[in-house]
Amino acid sequence: MKKRISALILSLILILLSFSLAGCGKNSNYPVYFLNFKPESAAVYEEIAKAYEKEKGVTVKVVTAAANTYEQTLKSEIAKSNAPTIFQVNGPIGYQSWKEYCLDLKDSKLYSYLTDKSLAITEGEGVYGIPYVVEGYGIIYNNAIMQKYFALPEKKVNVSSADEIKNFETLKAVVEDMTANKDKLGIEGVFASTSLSSGEDWRWQTHLLNVPLYHELSENVDYDDPTLAGLNSKEIAFRYSDNFKNLFDLYTNNSITQKTLLGSKSTSDSMSEFALGKVAMVQNGNWAWSQIANVNGNTVSENDIKFMPLYIGVAGEEHQGLCIGTENYFAVNKNATDEQKRASLEFLDWLFSSETGKDFVTNKLDFITPFNTFTNEELPNDPLAKEVVRYMKDESLTTVPWIFTSFPSENFKTEVGSELLQYVQGSREWKDVVATVKDKWKSER
Amino acid sequence: MEKTLKRWFPVFVLPTGIAFLIAFLIPFIMGIYLSFCEFRTVTDAQFVGFVNYVRAFTENSDFVNALWFTVKFTVVSVISINIIAFALALALTRGLKGTNLFRTVFFMPNLIGGIVLGYIWQVIINGVLYNFGYSITSDATYGLLGLIVLMNWQMIGYMMIIYIAGIQNIPHDILEAAKVDGAGKIRMLFNIIIPSVMPSITICLFLTITNCFKLFDQNLALTAGAPAKQTQMAALDIYNTFYGRIGFEGVGQAKAVVFFLIVAAIALLQLYFTGKREVEG
Repeated sequence: MKKRISALILSLILILLSFSLAGCGKNSNYPVYFLNFKPESAAVYEEIAKAYEKEKGVTVKVVTAAANTYEQTLKSEIAKSNAPTIFQVNGPIGYQSWKEYCLDLKDSKLYSYLTDKSLAITEGEGVYGIPYVVEGYGIIYNNAIMQKYFALPEKKVNVSSADEIKNFETLKAVVEDMTANKDKLGIEGVFASTSLSSGEDWRWQTHLLNVPLYHELSENVDYDDPTLAGLNSKEIAFRYSDNFKNLFDLYTNNSITQKTLLGSKSTSDSMSEFALGKVAMVQNGNWAWSQIANVNGNTVSENDIKFMPLYIGVAGEEHQGLCIGTENYFAVNKNATDEQKRASLEFLDWLFSSETGKDFVTNKLDFITPFNTFTNEELPNDPLAKEVVRYMKDESLTTVPWIFTSFPSENFKTEVGSELLQYVQGSREWKDVVATVKDKWKSER
Repeated sequence: MEKTLKRWFPVFVLPTGIAFLIAFLIPFIMGIYLSFCEFRTVTDAQFVGFVNYVRAFTENSDFVNALWFTVKFTVVSVISINIIAFALALALTRGLKGTNLFRTVFFMPNLIGGIVLGYIWQVIINGVLYNFGYSITSDATYGLLGLIVLMNWQMIGYMMIIYIAGIQNIPHDILEAAKVDGAGKIRMLFNIIIPSVMPSITICLFLTITNCFKLFDQNLALTAGAPAKQTQMAALDIYNTFYGRIGFEGVGQAKAVVFFLIVAAIALLQLYFTGKREVEG
């Protein structure tokens, strides 16, 4: 009998022990838990967290999701008892999936700083997502190589600087002639690899596709705003599909990489090809600066990095600017404790309005922000961000907004991406790509 | 002795019992429940009935395609792995020089994790295909062959060890008696050796079939389903449905339950049929 009791006691102790071990994790309940979307800024956010703790004595936990896994990470993190208090949604569509978790930020200081209130994600009276960075993308080119080309005696085009390229026709003539002379220019191709391996195709299925669909949706007379038109379109005609093909084919026909091998290339492959001076152009946005600058053996000088808009051959594109917009919106977790909500809002306020915070944002994160707390002088120093600002200020150009925030779903983009891969590999034709864009838009909406 | 064992039973079973409960039983039951729910994260589920099961098959043909690809891969891999592993086991039980070295070498790949292995083979296969202007994503056949080669490379060593143990356990007198009776090599193989190692074959078939069916890491690392989900196996499809698409969490869960039923049914059937052929020791 005695032995039986001791056995029972022993098992009880074991149970208690295992529960107390499991309980250890509970102590790590941070006042602010920031789930970061941008892997390229992971180290900077860690620094910011340290600086904030030093200044205000509040601990900020920063977790960064690996590239292209933000939704997965958020999905599993937010189900935990220590859920992120600050997370990010990628636009109106992203908000729809996380609306149950978004706190109304109408009365927050951060919202009051927003220069253009229409940029925020709103529903009814409430404000649920606040954009914190404005970014731009286009074709990044290495002006040193361009100048070398324009100095060639045997060049076949009559333009003499990259600034004079104002439409697709000129771009095509220049690019094709550059390909013909690539040995003299010391490059292996005009464009960096059109990366199409899975998860690496967003530059085409999202960013490039933005341009033809922008032109189509701005023709929709029912809406002033093409994004709104996109959100309300059950179907699209993909009227400018041939224009999309124009630029996409130009990329792949004049690429450093053979078409059939593009399926194994990643974005960082393309960026390092550009940084090493093997190619003259690459399509990407100003966030890519850190990637270019950090490549070992980078041969591109800071003064030679310029942006060119995405010309696809539509009428009047001489006045088209870069694609500028945002898909980064802060949201605060509605289910966090009141204490956590307050601490999180204070942290965001500090980051975008205090001297220390602003210094980090401008000089380390290289963000162009949409907030009025930043003066005109407080702009990032990197060459690509400067270019974006230059294009934004040019009154003669029309900026192409990021209407891809109205694309029906992530899956829509993935399907288009894999169709593009099959198109370059020759197993599908262009009409299949067009059909996929139209069908998937309809079925995913 | 029996009594003491009974008395201390709770103590011995407790740690494993708790681990089993936390890491398997609770998630499993929760998973089955979630497959009948509409949910965003696992803690905010709403019961919707069989909708998810219907959607798993009607929304698109991804799941059926993935299952079909899985079956093709499994059939080829299971046959090739077991034949090659058995042949190696036969060769390495004849007391050749360097037997131990070879056994170690063949077993080594099994010690490398799936993701790493997937990337290693991706580099190797692309390295070869580049010369001809292709890459592993050019055609689904390359992906299928790549996966088969990879799986063979990884699992042959392990299965070989099991077969070696089986072959070494065959009593010498049986073999000698057969030899005296004038049995040839082929006759020895089919009438003596294979029936004697039937228990090993049961185990090896079970391990290879279930492992091939459930394959995930290697698939993700090698092709991630490219081109156009044509090399996507069932486990990867479930993962992509669950995590890749908002509003499809329940569908992914339903697919997972269907997948579990299929794997369990195949494994049980296989155990039943091979088990029947085992010779009484």
